[in-house]
Amino acid sequence: MAQIAFLILLSIAAFFVVKRFRFVRRNILLGRKISLEGDKKDRWDTMFLVALGQGKMFTRPLAAIMHLFIYVGFVIINIEIIEILIDGIFGTHRVLSFLGPVYSFLIASFEILALLVLVACVVFLARRNIINIKRFHMREMTSWPKSDANLILIAEVFIMSAFLLMNASDQQLQKLGVDHYAAVGSYPVSSLLLPLIEGWSESTLIFVERFTWWFHIVAIFAFMVYITYSKHLHIILAFPNTYYSKLQPAGYLDNLESVTREVKLMLDPNADPFSAPADGATPARFGAKDVFDLSWVQLMGAYSCTECGRCTSECPANQTGKLLSPRKIMMDTRDRMEEIGKIMDANGGEWKDDGKALIGNFITEEELWACTSCNACTQACPVNINPLEIIIDLRRYLILEESKSPESIKVMFTNIENNGAPWAFPASERAAWRNA
Amino acid sequence: MNQQLQVRTMAEFMASGESPEILFWVGCAGSFDDRAKKITASIAKILHHCQISFAILGEEESCTGDPAKRAGNELLFQMMAMQNIQVLNAYEVKKIVTGCPHCFNTIKNEYPQLGGSYDVVHHSELINSLIREGRIQLKDGGEFQGKKITFHDPCYLGRGNNVYEAPRELLSELDADLVEMKRSRAKGLCCGAGGAQMFKEAEPGNKEVNIERTEDALETKASVIATGCPFCNTMMTDGIKHFEKEAEVVVKDIAELIAGQLNS
Repeated sequence: MAQIAFLILLSIAAFFVVKRFRFVRRNILLGRKISLEGDKKDRWDTMFLVALGQGKMFTRPLAAIMHLFIYVGFVIINIEIIEILIDGIFGTHRVLSFLGPVYSFLIASFEILALLVLVACVVFLARRNIINIKRFHMREMTSWPKSDANLILIAEVFIMSAFLLMNASDQQLQKLGVDHYAAVGSYPVSSLLLPLIEGWSESTLIFVERFTWWFHIVAIFAFMVYITYSKHLHIILAFPNTYYSKLQPAGYLDNLESVTREVKLMLDPNADPFSAPADGATPARFGAKDVFDLSWVQLMGAYSCTECGRCTSECPANQTGKLLSPRKIMMDTRDRMEEIGKIMDANGGEWKDDGKALIGNFITEEELWACTSCNACTQACPVNINPLEIIIDLRRYLILEESKSPESIKVMFTNIENNGAPWAFPASERAAWRNA
Repeated sequence: MNQQLQVRTMAEFMASGESPEILFWVGCAGSFDDRAKKITASIAKILHHCQISFAILGEEESCTGDPAKRAGNELLFQMMAMQNIQVLNAYEVKKIVTGCPHCFNTIKNEYPQLGGSYDVVHHSELINSLIREGRIQLKDGGEFQGKKITFHDPCYLGRGNNVYEAPRELLSELDADLVEMKRSRAKGLCCGAGGAQMFKEAEPGNKEVNIERTEDALETKASVIATGCPFCNTMMTDGIKHFEKEAEVVVKDIAELIAGQLNS
């Protein structure tokens, strides 16, 4: 009976996770295909250093250490899930205990990590809700992003507490020599809870042990589903996102190939302006108006964002009170993808234009024109998301498709066109500095 | 100073059947901005001091297209890039030194795909390597001995291209007390000019970026703010004026600091 219930719950969770993953994957693949340059080894190295090794977290040591507790705790304690899954499906109890001392070592490590995760969650909850850290309270941190962050932390507190209480009651049952509860494992943390449950009867203990076992695993199932809807998706997408992140120097911006073709036609008097481009890949438009015009890597970046706000807190425009927030650029991109995905689902997978776009309905021109392209945001991002490239692609649309920009920018363009310099000086005066 | 006048163009080299060791890409600010022209002259002076044969493009140089590209005008950028590449390739240029991190970044990183591959260095890298090679002799007991100097990292030199140490190493030659701002190197704050901001008013906010950055610099109590970018120079100089600190603090390019101390 319990095994059937367990399998049903597992299936429900798996169903929703798969469904949601397909939705997210489809949305990401709405983006343009791009050709990947560079060495695969460099990409793996980046992933190992930045995602697996948390390399960029350590510019802020306290947050980095707390995050490391949760990260390592999450990864290691998941080994425990294997045992829970086997026990749940086959009705066994602590099936891996045949490992003997290894098992004791594992359980002891899980317990210590669980305690560290609890500490980190409490610190993080305090940082979000008591200590006034500016990046957690900005314009884009509306009610859902704030609740999302707190919900995850609170869920982890419950999951870890259930885990420790489960081990404590199991241990007490082992001591009492109750059937089914063979004396296995080592419990350095939960043994501290023993005084609390010493007087409890055998049936109460069995109830608590079973209840926390179920609570722990059901909460994990729920959590698995929840993260796919949440900023917490970064725990998975951080890996592909760093793998596919830019290998060139941060200062490099891509040269639009479609523009290269146009320029070559303009500069080459013998070119046939009516000849089709060799690969037939004339883009619908220059630059990006909506998420369809961004690359799939840029869109994956939006789903990888965990809204930590390091980009925004380092952004010179944001620090001086401008509207621009690189984090909001990523959140807007994701929210627009979600919106488009829902419209597509409602129309049997077909896109029906809703008359909206990423520019205008989500990101305003004022935000875009505040960027100094300084790369503080890309430097700050712990998972190598690149808001700057999205900003530039949106600017490209404004300029190349709509000729929209501040007047002084148009003057600068005209000067470059006419004089080869952003100011109105003639080329003949270029070498005049020699006479200064 | 007369020496500086003898800077020849690529065309002049070509006419006399010679070719220079290196092309000095002056940049628009270095050519037209009165303050930046002094930086250009300083770089030329250092190159002369080291007896390096170098040329400029003069009238044949054009904007690299950086501000157009970063403002979103990819078409104008690539037109400028291809014209410049035509000129550079026609002169068979191999090595380029730039006086501006924006030109440096664009030519080094964005031109190769468009057919222009050169060995490009920023002037801080070139000057620093000349010092390491012993080709630059500085006066003993120069005027900066014991003075506090702080270095403002230009975004397109530092974060953009990971050049953090060259300017600091060459500054250490001045026997000055090199002090860091609270935000420096990879965490350095922008001066506010990049991404075509130089050519427009800032968006509405509560402060100008250059004021925020000048505050960082003033906090160090340095009497010299060194930088390696003509645009950063303008922004920081304006910041110093804003705080009416012109009497106590000067903004200097690293090339000017070295050129002023040459032992010749």
